[in-house]
Amino acid sequence: MTDALPAGERRQLPPPAAEGGAMGWLRKNLFSSWGNAVTTVVLLLLIFWLLSSFLDWAVVNAVWTAPTGQACRGHGACWALIHEKYRFIFFGTFPYQQQWRPLLAVMVMLAMLVSSADRRMWNTRLLWIWGIGSFLTFLLMFGQIHIPLGLILFAALAVGGLGMLLRGTVAQPPEIAGWRTLAAIGAVGIVLRLVGILPPWSLAIAPFDYVETSLWGGLPVTLILATYGLLFAFPYGVLLALGRRSDLPLIKGLCVGFIELIRGVPLISLLIMASVMLPLFLPSGMNIDKFLRALIAVILFAGAYIAEVIRGGLQALPKGQFEAADAMGLNYFQKTTLIILPQALRVVIPPLINTFIGFFKDTSLVLIIGIFDFLNAANQALVDPNWAGFPSEVYLFAAFVYFCFCFSMSRYSKYLEVELNKGTRR
Amino acid sequence: MAVETLGSSTRPKVAPWNDPVVRGWIFQIVVVGLVGLLAWFLVSNTLDNLARQKIASGYDYLHHEAGFQIGDTMIPYSPADTYARAILVGMLNTLKVSVLGIVLCTILGTLIGIGRLSPNWLLAKICEWYVECFRNVPLLLWLFLFYKIISESFPGPRQAISVLGTLFLSNRGLYFPVPVPNPIHAWMGLALLVGVAAAVAVKRWARKRQDATGLPFPAIRTGIALVIGLPLVVWLLGGAPHEMSWPVVKGFNFQGGSVIQPEFTALLFGLVVYTSAFVAEIVRSGILAINRGQGEAAAALGLSRGQSMRLVLLPQALRVIIPPMTSQYLSITKNSSLAIAIGYPDLVAAVNVTINQTGQAIENVLIIMAAYLTVSLGISAFMNWYNKRIALRER
Repeated sequence: MTDALPAGERRQLPPPAAEGGAMGWLRKNLFSSWGNAVTTVVLLLLIFWLLSSFLDWAVVNAVWTAPTGQACRGHGACWALIHEKYRFIFFGTFPYQQQWRPLLAVMVMLAMLVSSADRRMWNTRLLWIWGIGSFLTFLLMFGQIHIPLGLILFAALAVGGLGMLLRGTVAQPPEIAGWRTLAAIGAVGIVLRLVGILPPWSLAIAPFDYVETSLWGGLPVTLILATYGLLFAFPYGVLLALGRRSDLPLIKGLCVGFIELIRGVPLISLLIMASVMLPLFLPSGMNIDKFLRALIAVILFAGAYIAEVIRGGLQALPKGQFEAADAMGLNYFQKTTLIILPQALRVVIPPLINTFIGFFKDTSLVLIIGIFDFLNAANQALVDPNWAGFPSEVYLFAAFVYFCFCFSMSRYSKYLEVELNKGTRR
Repeated sequence: MAVETLGSSTRPKVAPWNDPVVRGWIFQIVVVGLVGLLAWFLVSNTLDNLARQKIASGYDYLHHEAGFQIGDTMIPYSPADTYARAILVGMLNTLKVSVLGIVLCTILGTLIGIGRLSPNWLLAKICEWYVECFRNVPLLLWLFLFYKIISESFPGPRQAISVLGTLFLSNRGLYFPVPVPNPIHAWMGLALLVGVAAAVAVKRWARKRQDATGLPFPAIRTGIALVIGLPLVVWLLGGAPHEMSWPVVKGFNFQGGSVIQPEFTALLFGLVVYTSAFVAEIVRSGILAINRGQGEAAAALGLSRGQSMRLVLLPQALRVIIPPMTSQYLSITKNSSLAIAIGYPDLVAAVNVTINQTGQAIENVLIIMAAYLTVSLGISAFMNWYNKRIALRER
């Protein structure tokens, strides 16, 4: 006990050699017991064997450029095929000279998605970003957009009405007056248009050549179907979820029936139904675009799933919130929009992102009804007889692209889950 | 002046348009009316269109001759059979792939989920990357990849890869020898059923005895012996018929033996690897949801890692795992409909051909919906029953 430390002073001893440092890490994580050591060695051998044969195929023996697939025979991976076809895989049959347009549209959509990921943007700015971004996306894809006057007036009425409903109880008088004016202009305009005083005019924005949806293909189609499918499904999913939690028996029955029916059948059957039966449902002579049919099927399907996610958020709210809103004398509409939904939706943002990932992958099913999404474009790239016989290269490339999207989104959802729970965690 | 007690007063009289009950009913009637109007609009359009296009309605077509070939059938079927039988064949194929998929993805997913929690860093990382790779890519892409690999990269029947001269792997699928049909096989099947019943009985008796006396009984080993042994004894008693039908290359394909079609293999493989990634995450989160003390208590009692997993951790994790697992089982059943993309004749594929031949889309889509709803409800009911059975019995 001679080298006892003076009171109040502690010496930090380094950990034993076997515990710290690289050796300690190895010992702890890979060789902690006999069984563990054997597992490690076997796995290392397996990884070495798999990785070396994969790298042999994918890098060492690979052919990077070649005039046709013949040059690849007998070698490893034929990446020349990707080199030759990547524009077709990304943009499908979109006119070759114009393919900068879908490229720009994809970039605009990615910019919208990325900027929505930032929590500092979660306010009215986001509405502007999405409004302008969506307009640009569809302008780039179609090339020309014609908006009939009736639609503009209807939009004014809808926006004004929504503003009155949502902001009516909380906004200052000048703002409310603004919403009322907008709604009134819309309403009066529609009446005038119906009577025939206003001419059948439409706003034409036509900077590029018109490209119809049957020529769209590749990544933009996948992104549009997933993003706008979910965007349109969201409000109706919210309504379904509220309906399912409602006290009114008929409403509840309708919503439960609809949700369970849609969730009980595969997406394919809905897509087949949309492609075969939707034309039958409509008055004769009225025909809807194939792309729009697929979008409708995706929206119907997504709504039921979103409704279940949002129901989870509604059920997670403590009962006191509902009771407090009732005690304040709020009516159902005020209670829902001011108290319940803001809290419930906040809880379900991470699971909603997971739903989005699911739909991003599920949109690949539209190839069954002949829509050129990303996977279908990759599929069609294989048909070229000059390049026949290299399916793995194309599918691995497509898989890599899908992986990049889905993986980054799932990481973001994980981060957000932690981030949003900071307030409630002790 | 009487003091009014809370709740004793009747509801105050208000004007009917301010009464929430009346309002609620008016609102409901309006909504149901609108939905009914929409339905009427769609139905009347449909009837109109059907009449104009001269498409028959009703289910009479089910008794007509189907006239199309189905590649993989569990029950005898020929193109001369009716549409009803073709759809039944498709339904059985869907069930076959779903049941096998559910069993295999549960096993694989559980192994990978436990592997992610392994103290071995390397194993945990490999399992993590397995999960990330398979669940972040569309299932359909995996199906195409596996199918193309089997049908294009595997050699033809003449150069088939042979495993020990009994299994033949080629782009026509996996051929394997099967015993030539013999009446004794029916008795063996019966013996198998008896063996399973006996094994269950032994397990029950063993548990009862252990509860009562504390004496353990090797019930699992006895059960396995019963299940395998009884059919074996019957086979030996029946004179041990061992004539086999061997696959032999004749012309451009194999004759004899039995085959697992490439479409089926790709579909099952794709469904299992894709869904097992999700199952692994469910199993992992279920195990992580258990209080740490449970694992430490099991270790303190001297149970090995395997024992504590099997006897302490998994049974408790099961309660957390079952509800999300149910939805995975439902999704594997629904995802099996992707079979149509690689040409495996499942329910949707059979019905789709029927739609194209008869033009009767509505009736056929209703058949698909009814079939999937029945299967989904069946799985849900079974899983709910199982969930209730293993739920914690609270006082």
